[in-house]
Amino acid sequence: MPLLSYLLHLGDDALILGHRNSEWCGHGPVLEQDIALTNIALDLIGQARLFYQYAAEVKGDGATEDSLAYLRDVYDFRNCLLVEQPNGDWAHTILRQFLFSAYQYELYKALRESRDAQVSAIAVKSLKEVTYHLRWSGEWVVRLGDGTSESRRRMARALEDLWMFTGELFRPAPFEEVLALGAGVTVEALEEPWKAHIRRVFDEAGLDMPQTPAFQAGGKTGAHSEYLGHILADLQFMQRAYPGCNW
Amino acid sequence: MTAEWPLWEVFIRSKQGLDHKHVGSLHAADAAMAVENARDVYTRRQEGVSIWVVESRYIHASDPGDADSLFDPASDKIYRHPTFYQLPPEVKNI
Repeated sequence: MPLLSYLLHLGDDALILGHRNSEWCGHGPVLEQDIALTNIALDLIGQARLFYQYAAEVKGDGATEDSLAYLRDVYDFRNCLLVEQPNGDWAHTILRQFLFSAYQYELYKALRESRDAQVSAIAVKSLKEVTYHLRWSGEWVVRLGDGTSESRRRMARALEDLWMFTGELFRPAPFEEVLALGAGVTVEALEEPWKAHIRRVFDEAGLDMPQTPAFQAGGKTGAHSEYLGHILADLQFMQRAYPGCNW
Repeated sequence: MTAEWPLWEVFIRSKQGLDHKHVGSLHAADAAMAVENARDVYTRRQEGVSIWVVESRYIHASDPGDADSLFDPASDKIYRHPTFYQLPPEVKNI
């Protein structure tokens, strides 16, 4: 069912990036940034919950937001590859957030006009959060890109590692194609405004737009990198070890 | 981190409040980051609708050691309080 796949895709993107960010909790470079990133993690996990709650309703059959988050296996996840990439150093985490937030910003802006009232409502609510994520991460990209030679080197390295995963965001999965004119949006159309925003920030940061092809894809159809299995082992441990446990 | 970021004092205005109140301090590299850090650290539970930050080194304080000479002299000047004065009954409002 395309709508179910689509809701899971939107929820999985948010959950997996939220989880990645939460791995920084207690390890941030300074207390204030530790809290900033944890706030973003919580925003994303909150968005995931909204999509999962709706998905559970669509799926029926006793599904809940918890069963969707904790009891699906790697191949059932529909998140893009970008969000499951490892945290690396601060530059990697910041850049991953920036590239994704810029996409999510355009996506939610467009989804406000979704023909599905619930998707549209979630987009309206989440857009406010994402607007801040984009601002916060963009300022960090400038700070690091235009900072010391060390920060610049690290940012350039992060860009080299992550850029290849951005193409997938704008290449529609089958369920996105089906829903493009209904509940969903035409993701191809988001690429230009996304690039314009990235370019603006990169200009300020003194970073060059990569010319390399962003060829990595597969996450949206369940072909994930080796990392997702490890994420799920951590994320789902309690429900797997103690089925139905509650707290 | 080789150099410590400077310290900033944070002032928040709550929804009902008319004035910004001092809520605490934090570290940040520049003013923009200080405002964002303040947002993330001090307004997570809807504490405010407006933020001011000022670098701590720009705040000049009175010396606690001078407290006796600065503040104690006011303690016996009760005539400085409006309640000290008795209003004639003809005066309805002041």
